[in-house]
Amino acid sequence: MANKLISQIGLPKSIANIFAARSILTAKDALSLTEFELMALLDIDLDQVKSAVSHISAIICPPPQTALSLMEERMQNEFSSGHFPTLLKGLDDALCGGIPFGSLTELVGPAGIGKTQFCLKLSCLAALPACFGGLDGRVVYIDTESKFSSQRMIEIGINSFPQILQANGVLKEMAGRIEVMRPSSLSEFMESLQKIRLPLIRHEIKLLIVDSIAALFSGENNKGIRGRQQHSLGWPLSYLKSVAELSRTPIIVTNQVRGQSHNESIQYPFQGPRTDPIKNSEVLESHLVPALGIQWAHSVTIRLIFEGHSDHQRFLKVAKSPLSPPVVFPFTVDSSGIRLLSDDGVVVMGPDINLIRSHGLVNVTSQ
Amino acid sequence: MEISNLPISPSHRGKLLSAGYSTLASLSSISPKQLAEGPSTGASLLSHTAARTAWDMLTDEQTTRHITTFSGELDAILGGGIHCNEITEVGGAPGIGKTQLGIQLAVNVQIPVEYGGVGGKAIYIDTEGSFMVERAHQIAEACIRNTLDRSILHRKDLHGIEAKMQPNNFLSNILYFRVCSCTEQIAVINYLDKFLEEHENVKIVVVDSITFHFRQDFEDFAHRTRLLSGISLKLMRLAKRFGLAVVLLNQVTTKFIDGSFQLTLALGDSWSHACTNRVVLYWNGNERRAHVDKSPSLPPASAAFCVASEGIRDALPHYKRPRMA
Repeated sequence: MANKLISQIGLPKSIANIFAARSILTAKDALSLTEFELMALLDIDLDQVKSAVSHISAIICPPPQTALSLMEERMQNEFSSGHFPTLLKGLDDALCGGIPFGSLTELVGPAGIGKTQFCLKLSCLAALPACFGGLDGRVVYIDTESKFSSQRMIEIGINSFPQILQANGVLKEMAGRIEVMRPSSLSEFMESLQKIRLPLIRHEIKLLIVDSIAALFSGENNKGIRGRQQHSLGWPLSYLKSVAELSRTPIIVTNQVRGQSHNESIQYPFQGPRTDPIKNSEVLESHLVPALGIQWAHSVTIRLIFEGHSDHQRFLKVAKSPLSPPVVFPFTVDSSGIRLLSDDGVVVMGPDINLIRSHGLVNVTSQ
Repeated sequence: MEISNLPISPSHRGKLLSAGYSTLASLSSISPKQLAEGPSTGASLLSHTAARTAWDMLTDEQTTRHITTFSGELDAILGGGIHCNEITEVGGAPGIGKTQLGIQLAVNVQIPVEYGGVGGKAIYIDTEGSFMVERAHQIAEACIRNTLDRSILHRKDLHGIEAKMQPNNFLSNILYFRVCSCTEQIAVINYLDKFLEEHENVKIVVVDSITFHFRQDFEDFAHRTRLLSGISLKLMRLAKRFGLAVVLLNQVTTKFIDGSFQLTLALGDSWSHACTNRVVLYWNGNERRAHVDKSPSLPPASAAFCVASEGIRDALPHYKRPRMA
């Protein structure tokens, strides 16, 4: 919408010509300048500038909807009112039906905890025909760390839905719908996204998984230059979100963890100096934080944290969700993928839901 | 006032200056006809805005409506709730409850006047896709239950109004815009002027969040600052003209202050001057708190609140009263 041409907007001929003469060709060009700047550039009165800008804005502005019509539209047109059921009952209840369409859901946790297993299970689910409870569509799995294993995915499919072995050809059809892309750099990733954009918008692809997104950014820049990382995160992130929104597809993104440094800021200036420093150093050593920083944390809609405790128990935490309070479910990884050990989540108060414990895993690699 | 500072096009300005008029005073004694015979300008140059006395403004300020947040402590530090006619910025870390507060206010603005509310509609501008309709429905249901329970206590007889108190009715009064780029965000805010003329009785505009699109691909920060200040001026004008509250949700970033990294609201120092009131939501141990960071009429104070399945409510009883910072 932002790239709509001024010539197609229907401004009075004389004004449209003046815009074109000064190389203001798209709505984005026009709205990126303040009214005074436009007046000086185009040499026309402020009143004329204001009416032109208001005309352009009225055309570019997205159409409003009432929240009620939004809800009714989704209930009528979308699978399960715009949610992708994961078949993990506790999680689906917490998320009002499942992973929401049209937003980014992040899975974050230490290496080896079960994020890829969960992704493989969701790929199966999305690719299965509707009679087995699936989304009946193509799945695109963007695998940046070469972790996708077809064998494991088929094993998960067979163990979760034994009845598909009976039906002829379903297994082949299911596996045939899952496309694996392996971009080796950020620019290749962006190219892959642009290739699948149209099929996504046409609802041919029902699920997009990026496993993992952190790998694309950690290769691109040094640890110390935080400023650059934020900038290179901006464009891929907003592209991913806009594709999610336009196509109303669930997008699942996995993220890595990193250790906390002592410089990790936690407070606002008005909160005064930190108290209890001794407790902090213990907390810092044993807890990890999600990679990619605070800008990324703001942009994901739902954050699911996978962590392990020293007694080999694993927990799935719904850390950020507009739909539910922070709840924790114990889970285990078995032949059918991920399975919740209890569907009753334990509600956790406080900001500790965001910290990730690193105990219990031998092969934890933190940066 | 100098001619060079007037909001007219450069060619008109040039003509006036070349005819020898350099200040507004020199023009005021000349009739439009005389001007037209010289350089061709309009007589509209001579308008000026009228000033109002502080006494007149006092009555206005005292009758300003407030929109409750349903947390008594939070309302108290805000002076009764979110003020209409003003811009309030609410910022905080991810997951603290900004979107929850935004949805709660979009629902609470609709509480009818007979029940002590403002009885208006809401506009929700979503730039991040965090507005979940199911959650809005949950919050609306709980708000209606809460309001009806309170009115039973006061023994009010309001059968006619009760029919309006349905969650679906509340949802139909939230006008939702989904904005996917910086340009669309600017376009919506420009368009609101006309939109609000056609849709009466909107009493709150929530922008969730104002930051998201302005944080990506802006290499020229000065440009970003100019656009943001243009936006805040337009929103201010809307707030005053239509008597509505504007709530802008902001993200946080880290900044190097006094030798260490600290949290601060995003969009920079210039933006921090743009809003009338600034409230920061933060964690203090295991409780959520809100801090009034900047306000022309409220003292700095903080209060505890919680996000429950019904929406924003007071924190659990054993937490103390709001303390003055």
